[in-house]
Amino acid sequence: MKSAQHLASVDHIRNNPKFAELVRKRTVFAWTLSVIILVVYFGFIGIIAFNKTWLATPLGTGVTTIGFPIGVGVILSSIILTGIYVYRANGEFDELNRQIIEESR
Amino acid sequence: MKTSNITLAALVAAIGTLMLTSVAMAAGADLGGAEKQATNWHAIVMFVIFVGMTLGITYWAAGRTKTASDFYAAGGGITGFQNGLAIAGDYMSAASFLGISALVYGSGYDGLIFSVGWLVGWPIILFLIAERLRNLGKYTFADVASYRLGRMPVRTFAATGSMIVVIFYLIGQMVGAGQLIKLLFGMDYLYAVIIVGALMMIYVTFGGMVATTWVQIIKACLLLGGATFIAFGVMSKFGFSFEALFTKAIEVHPKHGAIMSPGTLVNNPLDAISLGMALMFGTAGLPHILMRFFTVPDAKEARKSVFYATGFIGYFYILTFIIGFGAICLVATNPAYLDAVKGGLNLRGGNNMAAIHLAHAIGGDMFLGFISAVAFATILAVVSGLTLAGASAISHDIYASVIMHGQVTEGKEVTVSRISSIVLGIIAVLLGIVFEKQNVAFIVALTFSVAASANFPVLVLSMFWGGLTTRGAVLGGTIGLLTSVIMVVLSKAVWVQSFGFQAEIFPYAYPAVFSVPAAFFFSWLFSVLDNSPRAAEERAAYEAQAIRSETGLGAEGAASH
Repeated sequence: MKSAQHLASVDHIRNNPKFAELVRKRTVFAWTLSVIILVVYFGFIGIIAFNKTWLATPLGTGVTTIGFPIGVGVILSSIILTGIYVYRANGEFDELNRQIIEESR
Repeated sequence: MKTSNITLAALVAAIGTLMLTSVAMAAGADLGGAEKQATNWHAIVMFVIFVGMTLGITYWAAGRTKTASDFYAAGGGITGFQNGLAIAGDYMSAASFLGISALVYGSGYDGLIFSVGWLVGWPIILFLIAERLRNLGKYTFADVASYRLGRMPVRTFAATGSMIVVIFYLIGQMVGAGQLIKLLFGMDYLYAVIIVGALMMIYVTFGGMVATTWVQIIKACLLLGGATFIAFGVMSKFGFSFEALFTKAIEVHPKHGAIMSPGTLVNNPLDAISLGMALMFGTAGLPHILMRFFTVPDAKEARKSVFYATGFIGYFYILTFIIGFGAICLVATNPAYLDAVKGGLNLRGGNNMAAIHLAHAIGGDMFLGFISAVAFATILAVVSGLTLAGASAISHDIYASVIMHGQVTEGKEVTVSRISSIVLGIIAVLLGIVFEKQNVAFIVALTFSVAASANFPVLVLSMFWGGLTTRGAVLGGTIGLLTSVIMVVLSKAVWVQSFGFQAEIFPYAYPAVFSVPAAFFFSWLFSVLDNSPRAAEERAAYEAQAIRSETGLGAEGAASH
């Protein structure tokens, strides 16, 4: 695969401003979402570690505690965040990627 | 015990379908004396149907497994949706199904901490790892870690990390398998573990990744369907009101209101954070999971597979939580399911049987049979994935790359992989016997600590940091690996409970909070201190790696599309 043509493509991509744009946009997006899930999750863990009793606060007058919607919320936010990433990556970013590969040929 | 002798004779004599018939017969002989006849027959019939089906698939897959790419990666022809299901099938282990529901059954809310932790690794895998892994690698994550670094040292390290994770994880699965089949057939734990080992060897050795993938897909559908049915059954008994379910659980559970918030699972803040890190980053360092990304044709499908997998797994964990609470309400209140000798909440067959007994309480003998078959399928699917990952580390990384320096035919490499599968199967059976009495969920947590401390840091740094050198990766990763393994060995779970020493040396249950930063720090330190000419070349090679990693240009399989 290390043909002359391949190396020429690599060289072309390196100098294509769209490549820099793709990497910048996708990296910022991926790390932003990563930070969100890290904050959400370690926030949850932090509450368990440092303020366990708060999670035992009942919701309204019932027996269900505030810990349940929070725990399930972390699960749902994981699913939603992956959905958001795949939507943008498989649409916008892949289109940009396609153009970069196209222009390098 | 006459029955045991029959079973043993049958097992020694037979392989494959012959073995299954014998097991059915042996278990049938057991029915005369034991109490749960009807139950056993349902379970047996469904076991045999499932195993017959999967052996059929293995036969079909064996015919399509010709090249190394077929064997390791199903020829890269799995779609994102199929792979999402297969990942879910690979990941939703017996430890999570039986272990989490048992944790919820025993202590309520604590089970949710595990569920959440086991899921949050997936977004990280998607955002940071999946597509780059697909673009850079071929069959194993060591392909990626060693992409621009020294082949021999980095592959040796990555393969070692993989093997330790695979073996730890196999222990948890084998123990779950043994307990389950023991309860259902009244069969000796030993023979149960041998059956699982034999079947997984057959799947992997003959059917490779194609068979493994389809076993995982079928298992995922069965498990999601079965768990949905149980959870639906539980909720229907409480008018679909969580409030009613929780009220009843608080009333009957000896810990009462304490089950509604975090309890004794995590006793100090450091352990809580450490467990969190192990579960989150460990998921992103599991070789059998990472390997699944090479079965799809490109980065787009790799991303889709994570989205589907996250959805299925998240849904499943919410179900296990309902199942655990359902078990408190419907199983703990019925003396037929309780262990009269041990008393309290202790269940017949051990507390890992909470979900199994609940299946009986909800759907009777027929459904118990179904869920037992599903749990069995679950274990088989996971151990097959693990065995394939372990065998790939041995054949692709160690044998083909390190020992033979890449000078080996595909056929030879696959043969070595098949032999490795058999050897791993035997090791798994032996370890399953040694670790019979351990809590399966706990063992899996240890596995995740090692994966998070050894595999994850090296993988992430190799993809994102151009400054990483071979020396940094190997030394940093090894420090993470050793720190986590040693701390686990010196912790209470192993030092006191397995080895029988008086007091533990390492005071925490989980090492990740120390070992993960240690791996990152020393990888960085030894990289920046590395002034060798090779290090300079490796840093220079990062740009070309980044182009392939970001665009997929030149990626395995993708170029031909």
